[in-house]
Amino acid sequence: MRNMAGKEAREAVGEYKAGWHDPENATIRFDFGLSEQVVRDISALKNEPDWMTEIRVKAFHHFENRPMPTWGNMSMLEEIDFDSICYYLRSSDATENDWDDVPDNIRDTFDKLGIPEAEQKWLSGVTAQYESEAVYHSIREDLEQQGVIFLDMDSGLKEYPELVKKWFCSVIPYQDNKFSALNTAVWSGGSFIYVPKGVHVEMPVQAYFRINAKNMGQFERTLIIADEGSSIHYVEGCTAPTYSTDSLHSAVVELIALPGAHIRYSTVQNWSANVYNLVTKRGIAHENAKIEWVDGNIGSKLTMKYPAVILKGEGSHAEVISVAYSGKGQHQDAGAKIHHLASNTTSKILSKSISKDGGRGSYRGMVTVSPKAENCKLNVVCDALILDDGSRSDTYPTMEVANPSARCEHEASVSKVSDEQLFYLMSRGHSEEEALAMIVNGFFEPFTRELPMEYAVELNKLMALEMEGSIG
Amino acid sequence: MATDIPVLEISNLHAGIDDTPILRGIELEVPAGEIHAIMGRNGSGKTTTANIIMGHPDFEVTDGGVELNGENLLEMEPWERARAGVFLSFQYPQAVPGLQVGNFLRKSVAAIRGEDEAKGAEFRKRLKDAMTELDIDRSFLGRYVNDGFSGGEKKRFEILQLMLLQPKLAILDETDSGLDIDGIRTVAKGINAAIRGTDSGALIITHYSRILEHVQPDKVHVLIKGRIVKSGGPELALELEERGYEWLEKEAEKSA
Ligand SMILES: Nc1ncnc2c1ncn2[C@@H]1O[C@H](COP(=O)(O)OP(=O)(O)O)[C@@H](O)[C@H]1O
Ligand SMILES: [Mg+2]
Repeated sequence: MRNMAGKEAREAVGEYKAGWHDPENATIRFDFGLSEQVVRDISALKNEPDWMTEIRVKAFHHFENRPMPTWGNMSMLEEIDFDSICYYLRSSDATENDWDDVPDNIRDTFDKLGIPEAEQKWLSGVTAQYESEAVYHSIREDLEQQGVIFLDMDSGLKEYPELVKKWFCSVIPYQDNKFSALNTAVWSGGSFIYVPKGVHVEMPVQAYFRINAKNMGQFERTLIIADEGSSIHYVEGCTAPTYSTDSLHSAVVELIALPGAHIRYSTVQNWSANVYNLVTKRGIAHENAKIEWVDGNIGSKLTMKYPAVILKGEGSHAEVISVAYSGKGQHQDAGAKIHHLASNTTSKILSKSISKDGGRGSYRGMVTVSPKAENCKLNVVCDALILDDGSRSDTYPTMEVANPSARCEHEASVSKVSDEQLFYLMSRGHSEEEALAMIVNGFFEPFTRELPMEYAVELNKLMALEMEGSIG
Repeated sequence: MATDIPVLEISNLHAGIDDTPILRGIELEVPAGEIHAIMGRNGSGKTTTANIIMGHPDFEVTDGGVELNGENLLEMEPWERARAGVFLSFQYPQAVPGLQVGNFLRKSVAAIRGEDEAKGAEFRKRLKDAMTELDIDRSFLGRYVNDGFSGGEKKRFEILQLMLLQPKLAILDETDSGLDIDGIRTVAKGINAAIRGTDSGALIITHYSRILEHVQPDKVHVLIKGRIVKSGGPELALELEERGYEWLEKEAEKSA
């Protein structure tokens, strides 16, 4: 469309609303760079059992020897300077369970992000991580009484070493990829959750991850075990300040849904545009269990993330619903992986991606059905919406079906916002930006309706901000 | 406000797209409380006229003016025109997947008539009444705007918006096509309710006279090749029905 909203606004970096940073008040800060000594120091600092130190060191050597992926955005990956990243930074010496005890500037940050408020209104528990460590943690008493364990990962290892030892790296071995090796070597923080048999955690628990320092590496590690017939909804959010140099976020998340359990894991990723987000997420679903990844990627410089589910037990079900927004200088390389190992398993992948201002969105998906898995059903839908000519969207779908009884559906579409659609909405009193936001939010609606209402509203607001001044 | 200022005044309007002229000197006045019809064959410029009044950015006005109650519309953005009181019922309403009808209606009423008009029990009652009048089921509110709507549903939805937005000027582009006779009657009821006895005006664009039997127009204008070649009372619509457009086209050629 011609001669409409101002062009300068499009260039404004101020659109990212979580880009402020606090003065850095480190109580412990490691020098830049990574070595076996750094890995051992992290482990020693945390007083970890030997087996954990050993696995960290092994993972470190694997990381060192493992080449970078030869797919995805290789040129962006090559730009990562592992020597100029801080691998451990502690800003508060304790994990508090009262916001009043959290250091002022950190508490202010989480206040601005609305975390304590959300906690009071609609959450079962909250963990707030700042740099490398959790600074706040709480869980509702009634859940604790029912035996639900919800801790930051470091406390989880201290208090339940046997449980952690049993499941740690059981879904994602450190050798899985270069970044799972890195995470295993230097992990710090993240959540540890165990839901006992038959317990349903009604309200979601939330983790919020904030990077504050420059050139920071955040490597949280999350492990969720839902015992037979239990259910839990875990929600995570994240932001970081806008800096001119890059930070690295590389998490590993392992989910175990035992027979009949239900885990839903929702993410609204809104890192600033200087953060590499290279995350490995995978769950194992046992008989009749259900795992859902609801994954929203709005921020970051480069995201490479393909939430995966291994359908190990008969009758299990997997869903990956994701949206990705790629703006100026961003590449969202996201997707899903599902492996049907057992009979009568079902899966659904819905991927929605929007690219704008030269941004690039890629859907990379893999669904496999093993020869022994009878009567599986799989459904893959990927839709892309491209907002202007310089932006890009690609899909790389793979299906390997080794059992002929499987029923597979696959749909893909790429569309553009049409001038006629915008004109229709403008004729109803909506400015061009509002009209675009309506179209974009509508496109994302199949995703947002899966989120808790508060998150859906937040996401819609975020997208409206992204559309501001976007039409030249 | 002086009542002799027409709701819509188009004078010597020349417009086109990519240097191709489409409208060549349209003159038209719709006084308050009146309903006028524009008739003409496909391609004569009816939708273009509507688009230009609403402010479609693809068209370029090369000469002439368009005023709403004496206010120059041509300098306004489409949404400003909407807020000033122009409403267009589209010949081809656009689908917006994922945008719920109920939510869209509320937002549009808020944008055009103000936040207060889009809230509370009063809004809900107006919405319910209008839907009843147009024979629209409640479940409609949860559907996505024009997404998978039948032709008739789209047209009813346009009229529902007309009734809620209460514009100063309503332009209805081929609202009758795609409707059966019951649909036309229902929609005509909606138009009459929105315009008659108010100080608003309407422009009904059609190439059949059917809808005009139910919405008695005060005037009928015939558009040929971007020009209004004849204006008359409702009887002109009937004459066109009987005789077609050729005789007028010949007259127009002679005078051109
Ligand atoms: N967007 C457009 N691009 C190019 N030509 C157009 C466009 N819109 C209309 N026209 C041309 O303008 C003329 C009038 O079209 P239109 O106003 O749609 O007619 P009507 O509504 O009376 O059927 C036609 O010749 C048509 O091809
Ligand atoms: Mg037309």
